[in-house]
Amino acid sequence: MIKVSGVSKRFPNGTVALDAVTTDIGRGDFVALLGPSGCGKSTLLRLIAGLERPSEGQITWADGAPKPGEIGFVFQDSTLMPWASAAENVFLPLKLRRKSRAATAGDVQAALAQVGLTDFANSKPAALSGGMKMRVSIARALVSRPKLLLMDEPFAALDEFTRHRLQEDLRDLWRRSGNTIIFVTHSIYEAAYLATRVQVMSARPGRISATIACDIADTADRRTAPDYIALVKQLSDMLRLEFST
Amino acid sequence: MNKTAERVMPIVFGIAGIALWQASVWKFQVPAYVLPSPIAIVQAYISDYGTLNAALLSTLTVTIAALLASAALGVALALAMAASDLARAAIQPWAVILQVTPVVAIAPLIIIWVNQPFLALVVCATIVAFFPVLSNTAAGLAATPRDLLDLFRLNGATRLQTLMLLRLPAALPFFLAGLRISGTLALVGAVVAEFVAGSGGFASGLAYRILEAGYRLQIPRMFAALVLLGLAGIVIYAALGLFSHLMLRRRDAA
Repeated sequence: MIKVSGVSKRFPNGTVALDAVTTDIGRGDFVALLGPSGCGKSTLLRLIAGLERPSEGQITWADGAPKPGEIGFVFQDSTLMPWASAAENVFLPLKLRRKSRAATAGDVQAALAQVGLTDFANSKPAALSGGMKMRVSIARALVSRPKLLLMDEPFAALDEFTRHRLQEDLRDLWRRSGNTIIFVTHSIYEAAYLATRVQVMSARPGRISATIACDIADTADRRTAPDYIALVKQLSDMLRLEFST
Repeated sequence: MNKTAERVMPIVFGIAGIALWQASVWKFQVPAYVLPSPIAIVQAYISDYGTLNAALLSTLTVTIAALLASAALGVALALAMAASDLARAAIQPWAVILQVTPVVAIAPLIIIWVNQPFLALVVCATIVAFFPVLSNTAAGLAATPRDLLDLFRLNGATRLQTLMLLRLPAALPFFLAGLRISGTLALVGAVVAEFVAGSGGFASGLAYRILEAGYRLQIPRMFAALVLLGLAGIVIYAALGLFSHLMLRRRDAA
């Protein structure tokens, strides 16, 4: 679906954030980009989204460059507009593409239902908890049925209980919708729990140092499954080795 | 300190100050032309409240007109500065020059150039008052969260959509904070302009009454006009604070 070929990113201040990154993202993949802070994960996400241009290399899409609304982006903060209700925030991507409110009311309701916030459609962000705000942010990214969902450490600022709930819900959502997701995280546990494939990134300049398939059976006790624990250990060892050299 | 004490303290301090003032004037037999007592000031107001209230209304009319003009001018210039770096480079130094030039120095020229006295006073007061709206609104427009700007880009938003749906609403708290400062500055500007214009100006504002009372050595009347000015300033500041609070509460209320 997306082919990243030899992509490097050098900022005007001389910082090289990414160096010759090559990877393929297939349709329906749930890819986790795992690495420590500052290794260029978010930069790679922004390059794929088209928010930055690569200094070298190219990013090609199998179906041609995405049109507005075909990429859903969830940021680290919920980035809701405080003056708009949850439903208005979710409606925003459709509004920007001049869709009528009446014609898309069903889509907005469906997106809110997907994240379990039907009853909070008219609440402003000030009345929502951190986890609920993030759910609205996810609904906003889903409302235009994007080809690709990019998520930049969306659960990093949440408490552990909320984070676990949202991880479970996101995985459910992905299983039901078959969305393609690229998820940036610095948590080994999160990457191993969520993704079908983990791409480990090395420290600056960022490179993809390993790609690991996650073949863990989809059971209710996934977090305690031996495969999951083995994967966490493998990723831990890999990162320790990566940063000890 | 609890909230009630915080609210009561300025009143207690004010009453204590006035009581001390009254007692000192009595005790030291200070003549009214040097320092009139608070009671003498109230008496002066009561004996001349028609003229003084009319003067207050006149000054407030200039102040409100200048505040509206400042809001419109400040927002318009801030939008131009946000829209283009070239416009920012062109406008910013001149806005600062206008802000740091004492209005007393340019008011006589404005009064000569602008033939209509009311308009001349409004222009002077606007020059004093517009800068906080401009600088705050410009800061608000520049402080739009980057992630939200990215979200708008990803969804193909036009510049106008980004401005109307994101940048202006995000800048509203900044604009309102600027407007609150501009409100009191507009009053200062109106009074300074009335002083400079003297009888050649509108000849009916509070500053004119202060000058007139000074010439006639009616010092209690002069103080009564000053007290009205102070009260007007407090009311403008509080009213704009309330307006700002209500606007933001209505906007963000759950």
